[in-house]
Amino acid sequence: MSTLSKPSRRNFVKLAATAGGGLFLGFSWTGSVASALEVVSDKALASGTLDFNSYLALSPDGIVTILSPNPELGQNIKTSFPMIVAEELDADWTKVKVVQAPLDTTKFERQVTGGSGAVPHSWERLRKAGATARQMLVEAAAKRWKVPASSLKTENGMVLNPKNGKKLSYGDLATAAAKLPVPTDVKLKDPKDFKLIGTAVRNVDNHEILTGKPLYGLDFYREGMLFAVIQRPEAFGMKLKSVDAAAAKAMPGIVDVVTFKNNVAVVGKSTWQVNKARKALKISYTPDAALESSADHDRIFKELLDSPEATVRRKDGDVEAAFKSAAKVVKSEYQCPFLSHSPMEPMNFFAHVRPDGVELVGPTQTPEMARGQVAKLLDIAPEKITVELTRLGGGFGRRLSADYVLEAAELSSLIKAPVKVIWTREDDMTGGTYRPAVRYRFEAALDAKGNMIGYKLRGVGMNAGNPTREDNFPSGAVDNLLIDSVDHKSPITTGPWRAPITNFLAFAEQSFLDEVAHAAGKDPVAFRLELLAKAKKEPVGEVKYDIDRMKGVIDLAVEKSGWGRKKDIAQGFSVYFSHRSYVAQVGEVAMQDNQPVVKKIYAAADCGMVINLSGAYQQVRGGIVDGLGHAMYSNLTFKNGAPEQNNFNGYRLIRMKEVPEVDVHFVNNGIDPTGLGEPALPPTGGAVANAIFKATGKRLYDQPFAEQQGLKTV
Amino acid sequence: MATYTLQINGRRYEADVEADTPLLWVLRDHLGLVGTKYGCGIAQCGACTVHMNGNAVRSCVFPVSAIGTAPITTIEGLSEKGDHPVQQAWEEVDVPQCGYCQAGQMMTASALLSKNPNPSEEEIVSAMNGNICRCGTYHRIREAVALAATKTK
Repeated sequence: MSTLSKPSRRNFVKLAATAGGGLFLGFSWTGSVASALEVVSDKALASGTLDFNSYLALSPDGIVTILSPNPELGQNIKTSFPMIVAEELDADWTKVKVVQAPLDTTKFERQVTGGSGAVPHSWERLRKAGATARQMLVEAAAKRWKVPASSLKTENGMVLNPKNGKKLSYGDLATAAAKLPVPTDVKLKDPKDFKLIGTAVRNVDNHEILTGKPLYGLDFYREGMLFAVIQRPEAFGMKLKSVDAAAAKAMPGIVDVVTFKNNVAVVGKSTWQVNKARKALKISYTPDAALESSADHDRIFKELLDSPEATVRRKDGDVEAAFKSAAKVVKSEYQCPFLSHSPMEPMNFFAHVRPDGVELVGPTQTPEMARGQVAKLLDIAPEKITVELTRLGGGFGRRLSADYVLEAAELSSLIKAPVKVIWTREDDMTGGTYRPAVRYRFEAALDAKGNMIGYKLRGVGMNAGNPTREDNFPSGAVDNLLIDSVDHKSPITTGPWRAPITNFLAFAEQSFLDEVAHAAGKDPVAFRLELLAKAKKEPVGEVKYDIDRMKGVIDLAVEKSGWGRKKDIAQGFSVYFSHRSYVAQVGEVAMQDNQPVVKKIYAAADCGMVINLSGAYQQVRGGIVDGLGHAMYSNLTFKNGAPEQNNFNGYRLIRMKEVPEVDVHFVNNGIDPTGLGEPALPPTGGAVANAIFKATGKRLYDQPFAEQQGLKTV
Repeated sequence: MATYTLQINGRRYEADVEADTPLLWVLRDHLGLVGTKYGCGIAQCGACTVHMNGNAVRSCVFPVSAIGTAPITTIEGLSEKGDHPVQQAWEEVDVPQCGYCQAGQMMTASALLSKNPNPSEEEIVSAMNGNICRCGTYHRIREAVALAATKTK
């Protein structure tokens, strides 16, 4: 049997220590000092008694190793983080290695994948770490050659003396550099001198992925480990009443059937055996909450839209007066269904609860939160729990919830054995924490000249919290504005889903603004630019988006798509600010056999400086495919509390045939990098729906489009 | 339970499993060949694709007892050094995001190219349409299959 190779901190320390000398820099991820640095001896590294938070190691053979703390789920952080270090170090990229760190709250902060926040958080720290190491290497070379450090240059893992052409490799200098004091005031590069940042660099894990190495949680195996599947209530609002597990327990390979909370866990020696035995369980459930159907949700939404009790999110000016004086009022409602995250690797986690501590291994976006919850559940100090991070086969926000980690920990503590809890695809799709269903009502008041003088938005959702983003555009650009919301507490569980809330709000808002532009007789782009100009000149209340950056992506999308200059194709426009970044998109739709077909999507993104052009380009393109697929096809409906789709035969994900051409452009403004894991997704639904309106005259108000409108893509 | 002798990646393996155990779980749980992935269990997503007699099959629904002596290739055996034209192309195009579906994608692509070394774009899309990539790397997959075709010639 194979075991997952475990790049733990211990392994890393050993690797560094056995390299036989070299430069080891500890640099701080925590605290207000962005990057305090200290030279660390290989002895101290080996003893593991260091106070420093992370390591950048340069061994005499020239290999640069860096620990990467954040969970990797396809956002490519494991490649972009070391690129930042290598840039400032002027390292030879072919000699950079990156090692996934386990959870360690004493060493790192923000070991989270979510909110598109990792790069903005660590940008300064990583640059300073690389620059400090570089400066020490230069000083070591200066000493050896007896020349001033300022006369030397670095390039591709070498220190060069331009006057005589002499060269020394970083590996040759590493041990000498380690003996020098750490400079406190290092000079960072001028971004215009970047050689690596902004280029296309391939995923550092490609070889292992492409040769089928065990990387993911589902691939993890520990000798003696048991397998478990869990039967959970089939409907939200049901609880467990009684279990007859006699038949299941008698089946081959079954070790035990354990009941806890509302779960019936079948524990055994292989995945297939526990799944077979699970079918032999006889379980009865009883309702303990409302068993909601999708028809109930539709009715509840309509009630909430007219509810007198809403939470006001933002109020500017006098909305009622504006609507009374309006020459024209536009009013529309938009609705989206619940969605499953459906990462390709279903939920799973390994747990081994022993008397002296707990070992957890698997895919999570929030290892620290998972550990905290397990500590609470088992009444064990967090320090006694280790969390090792595997690569994640996607996440999309689902692995921000630790429910499946808790299940594994609780089960292991009950059976006193190492166990991996595996969710089947059906479990994954019917097991909850969905993108909440939401409905919006937008109203706009226009004066006689077509200026938007009033704007109202009410958002109502199913466990959606605040389904609005009250300080986003067009807030700040409208004198009289009211944004409020009402939430329905449903037994159906919800959680963050890639670009939480904005994944649908952006479509609804950008479609509505398109409607308003048409009602005002204005070009949709010109209409948005007018609003932005107003927000810049006479901002109403606080404006939390950067007006110039939003205008920047609009201008670039217009230029690249030839907006308004194409005769044979219908275009739709959308622009959205989310997770610190700005993305404008133009959708193109052609009529084929009397059907609107999405042919192409242009994207203009401003995420500040692009770190890795290959990763960034695909992040935008993948976000657009994700946004299009879910806007067009995916729909999770409920009957008496139970999801009506439980696998990819009933729940539709976008496939290759349905993917249009996507053309991605970045605004090159040199601003420090912001996030890119999410911001490209929100604008897509609007760009496509607005293009379909242009082509057909028909507005799309509800997602998914295809199911309700019989639409095709390519 | 019965003992099944399987020819996988040019090697002989024995597995003591129940007759209805899908090949996928024999590979993953019993033989330690975890490169073949579980995605849906109902032949809808393609993550579990392997070659049997050179044809792409969905191992999640293929019972071990139906295999007989048919030679099987998994991602671990697609090439000795990870340099099959499809693997090279996937690397050059930098296809993977999360990477979980890519073994299945490459097994589908390599089966296509072994039968049709010069597929049209339409043939590529048609062959690959059964494999879901949740990250949305479809453009790069299409590009990589076309690139692999040029390397196969």
